[in-house]
Amino acid sequence: MSDQTPEELEAKRKAVEEAKRKAAELRKKKAEAENPADDIEFQKKKAVAEAKAKAAALKKQKEMEKSEQHSVAEEEDVALAKKKAVAAAKAKAAALKKQKEMNQNKVDQEASEDDVALAKKKAVAAAKAKAAALKKQKEMENGADDEASLAKKKAVAAAKAKAAALRKQKEAPSSDPTDEKAKAIAAAKAKAAAAKAKKAASETEEPIKEESPSPNQPVLERYLHIIQENLGDDLLEEAYINRLAKDVPTLVAKKETYLKVAQFLKYNELLAFDYLSETHGTDFETHMEIYNHLYSFQNHQSVALKVKIERDAPVIDSLTSLWTGANWPERETYDLLGIVFKGHPNLTRIMMPDDWVGHPLRKDYEPYDVEV
Amino acid sequence: MIRTEEMLLNVGPQHPSTHGVFRIVLKIDGEVIKEAKPVIGYLHRGTEKIAENLQYTQIIPYTDRMDYLAAMTNNYILCHAVETMMAMDIPERADYLRVIVMELGRVASHLVWFGTYLLDIGAMSPFLYAFREREVIINLLTEISGGRLTFNYMRVGGVKWDAPEGWLEKVREFVPYMREQLAGYHDLVTGNEIFMARMKGVGAYSKQKALAYSLSGANLRCTGVQWDLRKNEPYSLYDRFQFEVPSFPEGDALARYNCRMAEIEEALKIVEQAVAQIADGPIMAKVPRIIKPPAGETYVRIESPRGEIGCYIASKGKKEPYRLKFRRPSFYNLQILPELLEGENISNLIAILGGIDIVLGEVDG
Repeated sequence: MSDQTPEELEAKRKAVEEAKRKAAELRKKKAEAENPADDIEFQKKKAVAEAKAKAAALKKQKEMEKSEQHSVAEEEDVALAKKKAVAAAKAKAAALKKQKEMNQNKVDQEASEDDVALAKKKAVAAAKAKAAALKKQKEMENGADDEASLAKKKAVAAAKAKAAALRKQKEAPSSDPTDEKAKAIAAAKAKAAAAKAKKAASETEEPIKEESPSPNQPVLERYLHIIQENLGDDLLEEAYINRLAKDVPTLVAKKETYLKVAQFLKYNELLAFDYLSETHGTDFETHMEIYNHLYSFQNHQSVALKVKIERDAPVIDSLTSLWTGANWPERETYDLLGIVFKGHPNLTRIMMPDDWVGHPLRKDYEPYDVEV
Repeated sequence: MIRTEEMLLNVGPQHPSTHGVFRIVLKIDGEVIKEAKPVIGYLHRGTEKIAENLQYTQIIPYTDRMDYLAAMTNNYILCHAVETMMAMDIPERADYLRVIVMELGRVASHLVWFGTYLLDIGAMSPFLYAFREREVIINLLTEISGGRLTFNYMRVGGVKWDAPEGWLEKVREFVPYMREQLAGYHDLVTGNEIFMARMKGVGAYSKQKALAYSLSGANLRCTGVQWDLRKNEPYSLYDRFQFEVPSFPEGDALARYNCRMAEIEEALKIVEQAVAQIADGPIMAKVPRIIKPPAGETYVRIESPRGEIGCYIASKGKKEPYRLKFRRPSFYNLQILPELLEGENISNLIAILGGIDIVLGEVDG
C-alpha cells in the first residue's frame, strides 16, 4: 500500500465510500420495509418521556408531602393525581415536539419529502395513542390501589431524594470534605438549593468581557506585515487572535497557498518557525480543517496555521518536507479523517488496521462489519 | 567462505523491552540493522472518538489511561484546556495541590523509566530500588486521590479531594528521603564503567534533528536545548518556584539519562517549595454544574514527564467537545526511532528504544 500514489488512494477511497453509501441505502430500505423507520427512535423517545413524567410526578409528590403533611389524605391524592397527569402530558408534549424536530432534521438529510410527512404523521399518531393509553393506565392505577402505590412511590421518592441530596452534597463545590456524608438530609437539601440558586444566578449574568486588544495583536501584525512584504496579499483567508487559546496569532491559509505560507514561516529569518508542535485535522461537516501549532525557538513566539479543505475528496499538501515530525501526525490524520497529504513519503494507516473500512473520526462515519 | 544475507526480524508486539504492545520489523544484515519499521496502533482505543460523546468531566478518566505512568499531567492538560477556554480562575490551594501531585508523578514516572531502562540493558538491582521508592509516591497519590495509577483526581476548576490530614507532612518528609535514595542511585549506576560504555555515544542525534522531528522533553533537552514549558511558557503556578532546566549537549543515551536524573532533583525542589507555600482555602472554583466552554477552539501545551503534551478542543458551546485531540509526546518522540536504528548494532536496539521513554498507551491514543 505504501507505494500507491495519492490518486490511487483517492480512487480507492471513493470506491469504498460509494459502496458504503449503497450499503446504507439498502439497509435503510430493508428497515423501512420491516417496520417504520423511526420506530426505534420513537421507542427511545417514549421511554425518555415516560421517565421524565415519572420523575416530575415524583418531584411534585415530594413537594406536596413537605408542604401539606397534615392535610387530608384524600385531598392530597386528588391534587397529586391531577398534577401528575399534567406533568405527564407536558413531558409527552415536549418529547413529541423534540421528536418532531429530530425527525425533521434526520429525514431532511436522508429521505424524500413524502416519506417525511408520512413518517411524521405516523409517529405523531402513535405517540398520541400511546400517551393517551399511558395516562389512562396511570389513572386506573391510582384509582385502584392508591394507598399501596402511594406508599411505594413515597418510599422511592424518599430514597431518590436522599441519593440526590448525597450526590449534591458531594458535588457542591464549596462543600467541606470533612463533613459527614450521612449528616442530616435537610442540610444537604439546603445546600443543593443554594447551589441551584447560584447556578441560576451565574447563568443569568452573561460573562460580559471587556474586549481589550490582545497583547499579541502587535505580534500578529508583525507576522502579517512580513508576509505581505515578501509574498504579497491574497495568501491568507483570515488572520486573527484566538482569544480562547492563550491569544495565539492564527493564520488561515488558502488551500493553494498553504505550503507556500508554511515554507515562508519556516525559512524566513525574521519568523523562523523551526518547530512543529502539533498537527491534526478536524471534520467540521461543512469542511475539513488542518490545524498546526508552530513555534519559533529564535523569537520565542507561536503561531497557529490553519487551512480549510473541501470535505469530499480532501487533498492537501504535506508538511513533511518542512518538518520531518509531521510524518506520523499526518498519517494519523489520513487514517482517522481520510485527508490525503500530497507529497507524503508513506501515507498509510497508522492506528487502524490496513484493511479497515472508513475513517473513524469523520462525522459521517459508520462502522462497517461484514457480519452485521 | 562466509555468506551473509538480509533477514527480517520481528520484535514484538508482545515483548518485555517494548514496555507495552509495540512492534518493530527489522531488516538485518548479520547483527547490523539495515532498516527498522515501527508498527503501532495495538493499543489504539479511540479516546478522541469516544470523547465526542462524553461531557468534559467524563473524559478525565480516559486521560488517565493515555500516559498511565504520569496520569496526573494528563488529567491536568484536559482541565487546563477547558479552563483556558472558559477563562476560569483556579483557587490557589487547588493549584498547589495540582503542582504537588504532578511533580510527584514526574518523579514516579522517571523512577519507572530508570528502573526498567537499566533492567533492559541488563542491570537488575536498580529496578528493585526504583520501584521501592516509586511505591512510596504511589501510596501518597493513592491517599489523596483513591487510585494507584488511574487517579481521576483533577476536575475542571480544581481538584476532587483536599489533602487528607497529615498528607502534606508526609510529602515534606518524602523529599529528603528521595534525595538520599537518589544519591544512592548515582553511586550504584552513574559512572559505572559498563553502564557508561553502553550509553556513551549510543543513539546520538543533533539539535537540528531533534527540532525537525518535533521531539520534546528529555529527548530534546539532551541536545542542549534548554526548553521546558514550565519555565518558558509558565502555566499553573510554575512561575513561583525556583528550579533549573537541566540540559546536556551530547544528544546521546547518556545525556538523556543525565537529563532525567537531574529532572527528578528539580521536581523534588518544586514539591518542597509547593509544600512550604501551600495555604488553606477552597479546592474548587465556582463551576457551573454543566460545563459548556464557549464556541471556538483552543490548543494548550504543558510539560509532561515525556515531553510536550497538548490538548486541542473544538467546541460548539455544547457540553460535549466537538473534537478533542491530544498531542501525545510519546507518539511524536517515537518517530525518530527508525533513523536512529539504521546502521546500529542490534544489541543497541533496546538501549535506544528505552532511551526515548515511550508509554504505549500514549503512543496509540
